[in-house]
Amino acid sequence: MNESLPPFQFYWELDGWIILAGILCAASASLLGSFLVLRRMSMLGDAISHAVLPGLAAAFLLTGSRQSSLMFIGAIVVGVLTSWLTQWTKQIGKVDEGAAIGVVFTGLFALGLVMIVRSADTVDLDPGCVLYGSIELTPLDRYRIGSWEIPRAVLTMAFVLVVNVVFVVTCYRQLKITSFDPALADSLGISSKVMHYLLAALVAMTAVASFESVGNILVVAMLIVPPAAAALLTERLSRMLVVSVVLGIVATIAGHFGAITVPRLWGYSSVSTAGGMTIAAGALLILTILFAPKTGLLSSVGKKWLWGVRVTGEDILALLYRQEERGEAGATAESLSKQLLLPRRNLWFYRWLLGIRNYVRVEKSDWKLTEKGRMAAQDLVRSHRLWENYFASEVGLTNEQLHPPAERLEHFTGSQIRKQLFEHGPSQEVDPHGKPIPPERDKSS
Amino acid sequence: MSWNELLLQVIRVITLQDYNTRMVMLGTGLLGAASGVIGVFLLLRKRALLGDAISHATLPGVCIAFLIGVASGGSGKSMPLLLSGAATTGLLGGLAILGLRQFRRIKEDAALGIVLSIFFGLGILLLTLIQQIPEGHAAGLEGFIYGKTASMVAEDAVLIASVTGCVLLVALLLYRPMQLLCFDEGYAASQGWPVFWLDGLLMSLVVAITIVGLQAVGLIMIIALLVVPAAASRFWTHQLPKMLPLSAALATFSCLVGATISALAPRVPSGAAIVLIAVATFLVSLFFGNVRGIYWSWRRHWRLRQSYDREHLLRDMYELVELEREQDKAGKLGPTDVSISIEVIEKHRQWSHGHMMRALYRLQLQGLMLFHDEGRARFTASGFKEAARLTYDHRLWELYLMKYADVDPLRVDRSADDTEHALDPEIMESLKVMLDKEWNGKVPPSPHPLESVPSEGGKR
Amino acid sequence: MINSDNSQLHSLPLSMREVTIAYHRKPVLWEVNLDIPTGKLVGLVGPNGAGKSTMLKAIMGLIPLLSGTVRIFGKPYAEVRDRVAYVPQRESVDWDFPASVLDVVLMGFYGRIGWFGRITRQHQQQAMEALDRVGMAEFAQRQISQLSGGQQQRTFLARALIQPADLFLLDEPFAAVDASTEQALVHIMRSLQQAGKTIIVVHHDLHTVPDYFDYLVLLNMRVVAAGPMETTFHRENLQKTYGGKLTILEQVSEAIRNREAP
Repeated sequence: MNESLPPFQFYWELDGWIILAGILCAASASLLGSFLVLRRMSMLGDAISHAVLPGLAAAFLLTGSRQSSLMFIGAIVVGVLTSWLTQWTKQIGKVDEGAAIGVVFTGLFALGLVMIVRSADTVDLDPGCVLYGSIELTPLDRYRIGSWEIPRAVLTMAFVLVVNVVFVVTCYRQLKITSFDPALADSLGISSKVMHYLLAALVAMTAVASFESVGNILVVAMLIVPPAAAALLTERLSRMLVVSVVLGIVATIAGHFGAITVPRLWGYSSVSTAGGMTIAAGALLILTILFAPKTGLLSSVGKKWLWGVRVTGEDILALLYRQEERGEAGATAESLSKQLLLPRRNLWFYRWLLGIRNYVRVEKSDWKLTEKGRMAAQDLVRSHRLWENYFASEVGLTNEQLHPPAERLEHFTGSQIRKQLFEHGPSQEVDPHGKPIPPERDKSS
Repeated sequence: MSWNELLLQVIRVITLQDYNTRMVMLGTGLLGAASGVIGVFLLLRKRALLGDAISHATLPGVCIAFLIGVASGGSGKSMPLLLSGAATTGLLGGLAILGLRQFRRIKEDAALGIVLSIFFGLGILLLTLIQQIPEGHAAGLEGFIYGKTASMVAEDAVLIASVTGCVLLVALLLYRPMQLLCFDEGYAASQGWPVFWLDGLLMSLVVAITIVGLQAVGLIMIIALLVVPAAASRFWTHQLPKMLPLSAALATFSCLVGATISALAPRVPSGAAIVLIAVATFLVSLFFGNVRGIYWSWRRHWRLRQSYDREHLLRDMYELVELEREQDKAGKLGPTDVSISIEVIEKHRQWSHGHMMRALYRLQLQGLMLFHDEGRARFTASGFKEAARLTYDHRLWELYLMKYADVDPLRVDRSADDTEHALDPEIMESLKVMLDKEWNGKVPPSPHPLESVPSEGGKR
Repeated sequence: MINSDNSQLHSLPLSMREVTIAYHRKPVLWEVNLDIPTGKLVGLVGPNGAGKSTMLKAIMGLIPLLSGTVRIFGKPYAEVRDRVAYVPQRESVDWDFPASVLDVVLMGFYGRIGWFGRITRQHQQQAMEALDRVGMAEFAQRQISQLSGGQQQRTFLARALIQPADLFLLDEPFAAVDASTEQALVHIMRSLQQAGKTIIVVHHDLHTVPDYFDYLVLLNMRVVAAGPMETTFHRENLQKTYGGKLTILEQVSEAIRNREAP
């Protein structure tokens, strides 16, 4: 362990470029990934990003250099080839899609591995680098434009992002319809095949552009994870694209800061930024799964719980109001527990909750309404009794049937509804049981 | 290296004279057998890529186990510790996939990708952490990703053998529940089988194979061994009891041949060699598998088209010769004397010239027709006989269609063309009995005017 | 509950009480109460998405109930599993699976022979008899991917027939099968009924409902109506079940007219 760790510092010169490269990569990958996820092609994305290896190796072997343009061409060829071979194996050989993907990408990867190892003397390409990437090194390899020195990886990724954005914007409708209903698209003259292979080619290009800087696995993570989270958050394709790009960018920033700061807590120096970004993306997905407004696991539980707390709190207030009405002093915790069928231990919570909101004060174990609590309770009781009047006169329920629906509805009733109930119901000042209906409070006071 | 030396080395590898070679062969061979069997169940359960996700998910486990080992004072490289770490996160990854499937909006493929990338990302993060530990030299751990087949020792082989044995035993004992699970999950559940636990068991078997296979042949390779031989075996049989040993055999074969190649050829990683051999066996199966191989179906299709072409050409010739002979008032023209311009037939059938020439060439080879350079062809004696037989059948069929199936005479030729190729001799015989009272074995005249034929549309 | 009531419950092949089921917080079945008398050929009918298949799965405990109870011959399903035979929807499985027709039928024994039991000659004999009964004996060795839709359905029925069941649950057996298979299936169901079995069939073709079944359950999230065919199959009930879907109703009213004027 490094005992003399230098103090933490954020260098714009280094970290700024790293984050920018990560953001560009995340944005271009999540943009395409949304369509992969919608078309259930996620694993094809994984396959392509592995299978570009022989394409790269071939480009190296042919030219002996790491020229970007040739790498792109090699990658696009292999990307389309992977996609086509998978389709072909699936359709001609009647092989299950997953198996077809597995056969094609493991075969191509192994081929690439052999090509690289066989020519290790002439080719400087580390397969480990393809898997892990080394985004930390991006700022070192710079390219001069005018008076600016910009890292090569940033330039490449910016180019890829532009290509991807242009593709998605110009082909948005075609992509949408071919993802949703390929048969319909074909009948309208929009070739779902062409879109499929274009997408595969761009995924390959994105993968190869990012492999040097951020590594293969981060590309796969950014292709799949942010779009999957976005799919849980939105219902519309256009929003899904925006949300997944935003999530990808957030994951990049959080991932990098996490990678350079968190390990310091235990005395280590920074860890792999690519790994950090992946973890951050995963954390965002987990958060989405738990808290997404509509589909979240906890949000529905939480909403139900909050609602239950509110109803119980209001029931306590209304009960205290009725006791005051009958001229009884406060209520003890025991009597509240008995009347509300509420366990004693839960009452502590409500005592605290209603206390800090200044609805209830407790004097010598007697619960009493404050002025504020009395006003809130007055509204509730008025709602309850107006509803009873309404059910008695308009619906024709008997006196015994009146209480349960009114009890339920009082929690949903605002002053507007009370006004309507008052106007439409029998204009009387007592409820069917003969209890007086408290007057509507004057809100202006 | 001279040829002599090479030959000697080949013999040494093949006869397993090296201790090291023996271990490698034994280990990888057994591993192949087990992954071949489990791969079949994965394939039929439509989870071929589960091995992909699980094998990636083992990496963080290895790293965590290593860190725990170091923290507790050891070197961290204790094999049981690393393996149990790998198994733990591998299983967690599998469970995460099953859990993610519960969300309607996350499809199975996305679930696989999510688990694969996030777990592997965590693993990479931990690897960079481990590299900072002085005793860390993550070199040993990297072996988990690329495999270290060449340096396999007896200990590894024993581990592989015992795990493989257990996996095979479980797979064989639970053959029937697994079969039911893969074929008809709902029915299995209705019969009281614990579907969830069977799935979990299958996943555990995959984890077991993956963790012993990872360090033996590497990550990508174990994925391939779980997918490729199983997919290949499907081309050879329709029966699960045969598919299982076949897949195991193909996988073992790939492992042995791959390991041999890698032992002989310098700088060919054994894992990659094994995958490439496996993919080669897949390709051979895809083309030549006796049950589903595409070569056989192509050949069947091609033969069928050839026989259609032959029949059509002979019949068209016959009809044209018939016309010529009718116009010849003198009646001197014999059936083999009339030569016909092939362009007429080309137009009638809407064939390309090449198509026409190929069909004609085949008939000439069979001795049924003769082709002249001026673009004209005529029958041989046996050709005319064969054409007469075909035309007889065809016209009977046409008559039948007109009499009993309410077909417009002008459309009859086409509909006869479309169905008659499916006729077997038995039906022809009954047609003869039904219709052939007047013709008595002679070719009946065409029921529709022949001049109308060339103008008929439709594609052939 | 008093004793006589209990004994009557025991004799009921199926009894559902206040069964509610929800998928992703949307109710699919809502407070279903249903009693099916013994020896009936029951049509379970309702519009798409009415919860018909879900109901069969709920009966077999394949889906967790939000509330309510299901009793089969007075007991929970797990205790009387042997007395229930299930024929899933044909589309629910991949017919490309490497198995022969006989293999599929033999799967019907797996539940009884347990984890490590053996398939005996006697089992094979029984399977062949079942195949013969559905007219598939000559296809016993055929690979299942080569079967037509009707043959697939017959195979599934044969698998159910080898179980010593008293209650048969069939999920859409008539979907996309040829006319002769449809007749054969109806014939077998009737003979099962004559042997005292109870058969519950998910069905969607309203035209044939009154001809095929003698007991009707109309389902649209709740049980709209259940009872003998004569008293249950009428316009009012169907309108309640199918709601505003007038095109279907027109067809049905014609079917009813045809039936009422023989």
